Amino acid sequence: MTISVAMTVNGKAVSGKVEARTLLVQFLRENLGMTGTHVGCDTSQCGACVVHVDGQSIKSCTMLAVQAEGAKVMTIEGLAPSAEKLHPMQEAFRDNHALQCGFCTPGMVMSAIDMVKRHNYELDEATVRRELEGNLCRCTGYHNIVKAILAAAPAMKSAGV
Amino acid sequence: MYDFAYHRPKSVADAIALLKGKEEARPMSGGMTLIPTLKQRLARPSDVVDLGDVKELAGIKLEGANVVIGGMTKHAEVATSADVKSHIPALAELAGHIGDPQVRNRGTMGGSVANNDPAADYPAAVVALNATVTTNTGKHAADGFFKGLFETALGEGEIVTSISFPKAEKAAYMKFPNPASRYAMVGVFVAKTASGVRVAVTGAGPCVFRVKAMEEALAKNFSSAAIKDIKVSATDLNSDIHGSAEYRAHLVGVMARRAVDAANK
Amino acid sequence: MTSATGIGARVLRTEDKRFLTGTGRYVDDLPLARATYAYFLRSPHAHAKIKSIDIAAAEKHPGVVNIFTGKDLVDAKVGGLICGWVVKDKHGDPHKAPPHPVMAVDTVRYVGDTVAMIVANSHDEARDAAEAIKVDYEVLPANVDLARAFDKGVPQVHAEAPGNLIYDWEIGVKADVEAAFAKAAHVTKMDIVNNRLIPNAMEPRAAAAEYDKGTGNYTLWSTSQNPHVLRLILSAFVLGIPEHKLRVIAPDVGGGFGSKIFCYADETMVCWAASRVGRPIKWTAERSESFLTDCHGRDHVTHAELALDKEGKFLALKVETIANMGAYLSTFATAVPTYLYATLLAGQYTTPLIYANVKAAVTNTAPVDAYRGAGRPEATFVVETIVSKAAAELKMDPAELRRKNFIPTTAFPYQTPVALQYDSGNYPPIIDEAMKIADYPGFEARRAEAKARGKLRGIGFSSYIEACGLAPSQVVGSLGAGVGQWESAQIKFNPTGNVQVMTGAHSHGQGHETTFAQLIHDKLGVPMDQIEIVHGDTATTPFGMGTYGSRSLAVGGSAIMKATDKIIAKGKKIAAHLMEADVADVVFENGTFKVAGTDKNVPLAQAVFAAYVPHNYPHAELEPGMDENAFYDPANFVYPSGTQICEVEIDPDTGIVEVIAHTAVDDFGNIINPMIVEGQVHGGIVQGVGQALFEGAVYDKATGQLVSGSFMDYTMPRADNFPSFKLGYKVTPCPHNPLGVKGCGEAGAIAAPAAVMNAVHNALAPIGVKHVEMPATPLNVWQSIQGAQRAAAE
Ligand SMILES: Cc1cc2nc3c(=O)[nH]c(=O)nc-3n(C[C@H](O)[C@H](O)[C@H](O)COP(=O)(O)OP(=O)(O)OC[C@H]3O[C@@H](n4cnc5c(N)ncnc54)[C@H](O)[C@@H]3O)c2cc1C
Ligand code: FES
Ligand code: FES
Repeated sequence: MTISVAMTVNGKAVSGKVEARTLLVQFLRENLGMTGTHVGCDTSQCGACVVHVDGQSIKSCTMLAVQAEGAKVMTIEGLAPSAEKLHPMQEAFRDNHALQCGFCTPGMVMSAIDMVKRHNYELDEATVRRELEGNLCRCTGYHNIVKAILAAAPAMKSAGV
Repeated sequence: MYDFAYHRPKSVADAIALLKGKEEARPMSGGMTLIPTLKQRLARPSDVVDLGDVKELAGIKLEGANVVIGGMTKHAEVATSADVKSHIPALAELAGHIGDPQVRNRGTMGGSVANNDPAADYPAAVVALNATVTTNTGKHAADGFFKGLFETALGEGEIVTSISFPKAEKAAYMKFPNPASRYAMVGVFVAKTASGVRVAVTGAGPCVFRVKAMEEALAKNFSSAAIKDIKVSATDLNSDIHGSAEYRAHLVGVMARRAVDAANK
Repeated sequence: MTSATGIGARVLRTEDKRFLTGTGRYVDDLPLARATYAYFLRSPHAHAKIKSIDIAAAEKHPGVVNIFTGKDLVDAKVGGLICGWVVKDKHGDPHKAPPHPVMAVDTVRYVGDTVAMIVANSHDEARDAAEAIKVDYEVLPANVDLARAFDKGVPQVHAEAPGNLIYDWEIGVKADVEAAFAKAAHVTKMDIVNNRLIPNAMEPRAAAAEYDKGTGNYTLWSTSQNPHVLRLILSAFVLGIPEHKLRVIAPDVGGGFGSKIFCYADETMVCWAASRVGRPIKWTAERSESFLTDCHGRDHVTHAELALDKEGKFLALKVETIANMGAYLSTFATAVPTYLYATLLAGQYTTPLIYANVKAAVTNTAPVDAYRGAGRPEATFVVETIVSKAAAELKMDPAELRRKNFIPTTAFPYQTPVALQYDSGNYPPIIDEAMKIADYPGFEARRAEAKARGKLRGIGFSSYIEACGLAPSQVVGSLGAGVGQWESAQIKFNPTGNVQVMTGAHSHGQGHETTFAQLIHDKLGVPMDQIEIVHGDTATTPFGMGTYGSRSLAVGGSAIMKATDKIIAKGKKIAAHLMEADVADVVFENGTFKVAGTDKNVPLAQAVFAAYVPHNYPHAELEPGMDENAFYDPANFVYPSGTQICEVEIDPDTGIVEVIAHTAVDDFGNIINPMIVEGQVHGGIVQGVGQALFEGAVYDKATGQLVSGSFMDYTMPRADNFPSFKLGYKVTPCPHNPLGVKGCGEAGAIAAPAAVMNAVHNALAPIGVKHVEMPATPLNVWQSIQGAQRAAAE
């Protein structure tokens, strides 16, 4: 079944033709060529595909493209305010060496931003670790990811994002 | 995934009409179980009826002595709802430990209860709190609702519209997560409500079940000491690489005692 | 350190920006016009005869472009996949080498063995069609149980490997070791299983290929850790495409940990089929496919005995190991449990006599090959758990027993009884520092406090040594390696003064683009933003061996240093000419050539410009251009060492083991970028703790199915399983490479399992538990506690 979908991705109106079975992540990667969002599993557990839909973090491998009809989608590509300036969370990941191969990174960053906001910019280490339940990383041992998120929380607050 | 026809009705009536009119139509709430199942090609529905736009299914209300939660209510909403937190904090706590934050942002109470995964958390709460499951056709008491492995009392074209939980005097849920999937390997919900004390166990067997011996002991003395010698039989319990039936039986005891202690706090 | 971005500086990574903004380019991200998509039909059986394959119905499915089966490869005379390391058994005979067809022809030997390739206009269509292929299997008895592999009557995996034996190999003199045991005051014995692991790099393996009809050139994009080696294997052994007609590109790769070293069936097929399909082909593994078909790691069954004298000095070590190869021999499989394992059994100790016997078995399971540490974690696990067990039996402090047996700092270079000559090391300060960081003296108080809360607290040591920086070519050649293990570098200045550095190493998370640039910056004074590190493309980089075995910096970095020497030497001549000075008087400092004692100077960029615009140039003596190549073949392995201390708390009611603290103090020689090194250690520790507490591949003994075939069943370490780690360093520079560096990529994973399990055993000893097998899952621990209680009751 071919269906037309339209949504806003990173502030831009986009549309396309998909099958009912097309996943949101496929729509982003294949229809829109936005390959920053990754697929790391087929059981909805790794979090490499996390994006924001209407302000909430979700796994784009477990949502149909048609379910995002009319939604506001934010992906890793849309975070940095300009070519020179990164989002405070991206900045913190870089400053704290919270990424190695980079494959889990987009999902980690998207989950991290959502987590910081939900906790009103105030988190401790145990909370960060628990909130990362849906994101797997095989490279970093999580140590520096946790550090980065703890560092980003106040930075996001003062940047007002 | 096999392809299917996709519908997004706006009312329960339209949804039911779609479900009944098609040869193999499946309702979809959060899709957190249905989509992974479809991705593995374990199901081949002709039609998927997305309940996402059905407003009647959303929201949490207080009705007398009950907290009524709409079928489409997300786990994250239950976990953070002020009403749930103040009247049945154990239920909010349970919802806050289902899956991960992204799963909680989409997965719903209706979907979870209808799906009746043997390792799901909500069924324990529904049974222990003696909740009532409301559907488009009527009401189901908790005890008769969960029938077996992935099996419920729901009929063809019947969907969960809301679940009504009596407020609890005391309640707590203790979950021993499967180390890999983090679903409940053993989850015990202990509740003291107007209708008495109930102990419901999920994850351990093919379907949620009550431990009557514990309930009776706790009715007399609501303390973990009262159940410390009550053993659950391993016969009929699940066994897999993460937990033998004996281990699960043992954990039921441990989790039940910890739940009672938590409920007494 | 010459500057804030030179050697030793905590330089933020150059590569991060693209990964953080979603602009990294992994294989699956490639936009290939008119691409087709491949799907592989895999065997559902652990062992079966293929009686027939009927593709007729599938071919008629919408979108199908081509379907290939093993027979097509036979007809096209495609070779089999190879094992590149010939291990000679104890009689001097080469190991058994059963054929490894790219796709099964008449027999499948494990669940996941490749049966057919479907190429279609979309992934979904290819998968739809795969379901229409009818394979008539005659199911055969299978064996997935390593411990039983050599038993009588066990199903035979290959006719070419009678008794399922690939080799029976030994090192050391058994009689001498037996004699030492006869004189021992104490013998500690143990039986251990080194659990089978599934690597699970977060990016699933992927391949894409394109064939250019006009030139006859193939391009293969692969998630490879070593594109040149992959090309060599495909060209010389499997597909016969000449090397110069095949370009292999490994773009951004999302982690490897060994699993992306090897030459796999699927990438081979994608490449081969590209010319037949006539359109580009893309394939990306689904995670469940990765579980079935990526090479797994570890999987040993071992009996070990340690002989000690009455003072606690080690007299001899005896080890018998059965190692699982899986159903076929993967690229380096044979070397892992022999030369990368038994040669490490001396550990940090003076044990004078060691004998090891390793028997390699085939079973109906996925192939097993190198996984982070490869052989060395298994060796360290044997040595470090038996040493701790001996200490417990002798009621000695485990640190004290280790210290008593450490190779003295004055004894380096030190020849071990198992072939290796350790170049350098200084072990006592490492364990001292680790004990200080971990507050070892305070442990008993913490144990008592935990006990009051109903928890069992334990502490465990692991003092590892590893041999990495693979490897001196002559040495590995004499041991059967099919390749040399040098590394290459090319430094190519552009006329405007910026520089491209081509390396044969490959980065899939290790941060070469930053670390290698630091070397160039430090040595040549070129600003970081003027340096580009190029890797992963056989068309643009010199032939190199890739990245594994913690070799990139020690070997690849050394090649870069050699090339910088050549640049400086040439630059000096140009500068001497420009300054009208004698070359002998020219010095190079901070990026500038100077004549000592004068103010004459020529910045490197000026010399480079002169080399490309040689109007005023010593033509008689020098060629124009500034482009130098170097190859570096190391004189020896490098020998990082360290001590990890793990502290755990066990809930006896549930069996849950919680890691409370984990300390690692390492000697990696000189450190180029401490931030990157720490990251490597963190990741390694988590993989090591993962092996000890969480991860384990389980095949069902009756059906041969992989039970732990997804993240639903295979426990991946998650953030909430760990505390933050405590790290420390000691430095003894490597004496034989120009940077004085040792490797750091595998150390964490090598040391951690023993530290964790020693802590678990230490925690459980007071309640009588003698042994817990890895992974120490809640179930395992609980069952061990039950066993001990039953034994006590009897
Ligand atoms: C990574 C991950 C981890 C998870 N961990 C846990 C966990 O720890 N504990 C736990 O309990 N669950 C867990 N889940 C499952 C999750 O809670 C699901 O959201 C839930 O089980 C199903 O809810 P849903 O709304 O997503 O249902 P859907 O996936 O939409 O539907 C599930 C099934 O119910 C049917 N259905 C849906 N809505 C209705 C309705 N209103 N009436 C009748 N039938 C309906 C569908 O047809 C389908 O068969 C996890 C899921 C994932 C992906
Ligand atoms: S791809 Fe793994 S959770 Fe979405
Ligand atoms: S950085 Fe490689 S998986 Fe996280």
